[in-house]
Amino acid sequence: MTTLVIAEHSNTELKPATLHAVTAAQQIGSEVHVLVAGAGCAEAAAAASRIAGVSKVLVADNAAYATQLAENMSALIAEVATAYDAVLAAATAGAKNVMPRVAALLDVAQISEITAVISADTFERPIYAGNVIATVQSTDARKVITVRATGFDAASAEGGSATIEALSSAHDAGLSRFIEERVAKSDRPELTAARVVVSGGRGMQNGDNFKLLEAVADKLNAAVGASRAAVDAGFVPNDYQVGQTGKIVAPDLYIAVGISGAIQHLAGMKDSKVIVAINKDPDAPIFQVADYGLVADLFQAVPELSSSL
Amino acid sequence: MKVLVAVKRVVDYNVKVRPKSDGSGVDLNNVKMSVNPFCEIAVEEAVRLREKGVATEVIAVSLGDKSCQEQIRTALALGADRGILVETDAELQPLAVAKLLKAVIEREGVQLAILGKQSIDGDNNQTGQMLSALAGMSQGTFASKLDIADGKATVTREVDGGLQTLELSLPAVITSDLRLNEPRYASLPNIMKAKKKPLDTLTPAELGVDVTPRVKTLKVSPPPERKAGIKVGSVEELVDKLRNEAKVI
Ligand SMILES: Cc1cc2nc3c(=O)[nH]c(=O)nc-3n(C[C@H](O)[C@H](O)[C@H](O)COP(=O)(O)OP(=O)(O)OC[C@H]3O[C@@H](n4cnc5c(N)ncnc54)[C@H](O)[C@@H]3O)c2cc1C
Ligand SMILES: Nc1ncnc2c1ncn2[C@@H]1O[C@H](COP(=O)(O)O)[C@@H](O)[C@H]1O
Repeated sequence: MTTLVIAEHSNTELKPATLHAVTAAQQIGSEVHVLVAGAGCAEAAAAASRIAGVSKVLVADNAAYATQLAENMSALIAEVATAYDAVLAAATAGAKNVMPRVAALLDVAQISEITAVISADTFERPIYAGNVIATVQSTDARKVITVRATGFDAASAEGGSATIEALSSAHDAGLSRFIEERVAKSDRPELTAARVVVSGGRGMQNGDNFKLLEAVADKLNAAVGASRAAVDAGFVPNDYQVGQTGKIVAPDLYIAVGISGAIQHLAGMKDSKVIVAINKDPDAPIFQVADYGLVADLFQAVPELSSSL
Repeated sequence: MKVLVAVKRVVDYNVKVRPKSDGSGVDLNNVKMSVNPFCEIAVEEAVRLREKGVATEVIAVSLGDKSCQEQIRTALALGADRGILVETDAELQPLAVAKLLKAVIEREGVQLAILGKQSIDGDNNQTGQMLSALAGMSQGTFASKLDIADGKATVTREVDGGLQTLELSLPAVITSDLRLNEPRYASLPNIMKAKKKPLDTLTPAELGVDVTPRVKTLKVSPPPERKAGIKVGSVEELVDKLRNEAKVI
């Protein structure tokens, strides 16, 4: 049984999320291939060929895939997928945009955000903001799956020597046009890949005060995240949001500052190894999941924390 | 331009649901049901388009058993013009919902469909994308801004690194993210008026769609319990614990 993993990449770099999807793919089938679709993506393809356990890399290098437009990507993947028993991708915003289309074009269900592989057709996935874990079995002949990266270890990025095969097919649906992408450049580690995450909530009061968290993050080489309330209030950009409908993180250390701990927020961080909560309300629900809780005014505690690190 | 909005009936977001003790399903006895929050945002966006004169009619569609009428009435109270219930007692999965919505769109001549990005019960995040693929309509998911002009939709999308803007040809499928708008509250007079708005019922058979589930839920279970830890008395103690006990810094 051969499985196909769709690479998440920036043409020049392979995103770490791909490595987690490869691990899930290995648990489903014996042989794993990776599809890299992009424009000028030879470097990403070369990186994919070095992943341990991958035997073949398919490369679709064409202008039609330059910005990963969903209509074009899904047509390509659905075409390639017919040679495979299962198609997987890490559940990034990009894959969430594309993979359900692939499933629909193949007339099969998509199994979203699996956290465990029980067998080749049976998987675990969280539902209801992670309050329930469902064990689900697919009855479709071909599986389309997105993988929650926190549920699977990363495959080793080095050690493999897969063959690379170029695909010539170009799908340009002509339905949508890329205008621009506004991506904040940051020297910090990516939220979903960071070993330490420091997140702020409504308690931060404004965007300026996030500097207090950045000072802590600088000392710990951490990423900065936020609750929905902090994003909605405009303190920080949307890509900071951690939670049910934001990013799912599971770092070694998660520090929640001025965050109450609504279930939708917990859904995105409760699998972190160690959780610290700083909140002035001793009854805040976040303390029910925190390994170390500090009842304090954040405006006092956070500066103290950064100076003692 | 006719706009369709899909409104799903789900357990209210404030309810913490639990699996039944025999693992056969989620305990939905006496829990509060609501419109999926993302669908409320979708309705608000559609109603604003009509208020701006871009949309001529807003049709709210829900799929499921009879009780989904309640959520359609809510959408009508928020400003949708009429409702369609695709009624079935069968379990509906995203692929089936997408096929049914496609059939409704073709029947009604809809130019723009606005769905939620995700239902908060199944956490699928699939239906809009599937609908777009099946109907051959352009796709703008996770939208935080939508403009319609000159037969095109310009949509700003929430992506992993920030924001992306696409231009879509119509007809299009849009899915709403949290920041697309802030939904209004239904006023009492509008709730009364909604009771008189038309609400038609169709069935999957009339729409010619096979809704047989493709995925079986074998069991449901609670997630691993996370125990509350300790309260520390000071920042100094916190740092000491993180260094010497947890060894994470
Ligand atoms: C459909 C839907 C999806 C959602 N998705 C998400 C999601 O993905 N992620 C998410 O986070 N939320 C999500 N939410 C929102 C969620 O329900 C909560 O509203 C949100 O998480 C609350 O954010 P908060 O904890 O920052 O704010 P609040 O609940 O207002 O909490 C602020 C906390 O700060 C503390 N505080 C205030 N001042 C200080 C101070 N000086 N010092 C110390 N502590 C202080 C307070 O005691 C309080 O506990 C979603 C909601 C819905 C309906
Ligand atoms: N049974 C349903 N009735 C109406 N709309 C639905 C239904 N199922 C899904 N949808 C729409 O599809 C969106 C995404 O749902 P999902 O793919 O299940 O996460 C929802 O926010 C709704 O707009």
